[in-house]
Amino acid sequence: MIEVCRVGDLPPGEAVRVDTVDPPIAVFRTEDGDFYAVDDTCTHQDASLADGWLEGCTVECPLHASCFDLRTGQPSGPPATKPIRTYPVVVEDGVIRVAYSEVAC
Amino acid sequence: MRTAAVIGASLAGLSTARALRQQGFDGRLVIVGDEPHRPYDRPPLSKEFLAGKSSDIGLRTPDDEALDFDWRLGARALSLNPHDRSIELSNGQTLRCDGVVIATGARARWLPGTEGVNGVHVLRTLDDAIRLRAELVPGVKLVVVGAGFIGAEVASTARYLGADVTVIEAEPLPLLRQLGPELGAVCAGLHGDHGVRLITNAQVKRILGANRVRSVELADGRQIPAEVVVVGIGAAPNFEWLAGSGLQLDNGVVTDAACATGLPEVVAVGDVAASYSVHLHDRHRAEHWTNALEQPVTAAATLLGDPRPHLSAPYFWSDQYGVRIQFTGHRREGDTVRVIEGDTDRRSFLAVYERGDVLVGVLGMNQPKLFSRWRRQLARPVLAP
Repeated sequence: MIEVCRVGDLPPGEAVRVDTVDPPIAVFRTEDGDFYAVDDTCTHQDASLADGWLEGCTVECPLHASCFDLRTGQPSGPPATKPIRTYPVVVEDGVIRVAYSEVAC
Repeated sequence: MRTAAVIGASLAGLSTARALRQQGFDGRLVIVGDEPHRPYDRPPLSKEFLAGKSSDIGLRTPDDEALDFDWRLGARALSLNPHDRSIELSNGQTLRCDGVVIATGARARWLPGTEGVNGVHVLRTLDDAIRLRAELVPGVKLVVVGAGFIGAEVASTARYLGADVTVIEAEPLPLLRQLGPELGAVCAGLHGDHGVRLITNAQVKRILGANRVRSVELADGRQIPAEVVVVGIGAAPNFEWLAGSGLQLDNGVVTDAACATGLPEVVAVGDVAASYSVHLHDRHRAEHWTNALEQPVTAAATLLGDPRPHLSAPYFWSDQYGVRIQFTGHRREGDTVRVIEGDTDRRSFLAVYERGDVLVGVLGMNQPKLFSRWRRQLARPVLAP
């Protein structure tokens, strides 16, 4: 488990990048209050998805506007064609943690 | 429409073919490309590909297999007959089609008299990049002519590879027309930050050397030693094959905002298309990647009888010396620019361009997150000036 931050430090609609792991992951909190963790690097070209635009459960890459569904990791808009990996998020005692492994979940 | 031909097999052509299928076209779909290669992505050619970090630049995906494209690679279109929409190809074939997508792109401009000189390159195609990559060895003296996006990215990559780099620019500052003097100066600074010499206000007179380039001579007589030269002075539309077709040709194939040309069932997209822009309120030939990705959706719809103007604001990015530059909108002479976040000296900032009090452009340097938010404010056309 990787400790990400306190819940209060990640407002709804925001994302945080965790680069203590390689490749880095991005943790999102949607406007509805759900948490998602995915690979931070877009599968199309080198850009950080944590810098992207979050709308519902979709993140849009800041560089070329590829879209990914945070629930599944699947690309939902071009140009990306490959999925990003998703990771389970656990929120306990006001702390966000990610079950990170080298193996795709 | 039973047969459609897409002439040009790069991003704009492939994207239009995909869009035609996605929008329900189930007839025969021929894609003609003059290069022998399968469609590939060009932006990495001056960046990761040139640096040798990545050679994965193919654009085709497994999903394309199901779209039933009829590929004709290594064949150039020679002419379009406006009466029966037949297209003559360099391999001797003649395509008879009901719909035509012109996506023949643009080609790199050469300095007069330099094409074919050993050591002098342009960078536009995969083959160009492979040839140039072989010459960018540590310590090599590289002169880049033109400090635009290609020139700056080549300089940056070559520096990363250990080359000794000089950039020559005709204007007083790089990217002056696109970004204006304030931010052009910041881009000039990037070269200096990384040990690249930038010579501005300089016209190249000629390239010297017998069997191979030896130096670049400037109009003021200065000679800049060079073992390799890259000419990055822009691109010219590939539209000569359309002479006599009846299409209006003016720095590109002229189209309306929906990619329609003056001929029925003939549309043009991407770098070759001089399309009316609802953002610029003028005709504009966009040479940017995002346009080549997005405009095809409009072109396909127009070809299938549902013409609607393409609305996306111009957007481009450039990676130079580890700095990511993103720009959206359009700057015109007289627009004001102000930095609203960050610091230009730290190469991390966001700047907005305004015409009066109307936002017309946004530039971010190493500010992708903030840029994403501001970009949305320009997603819709601004009012006419």
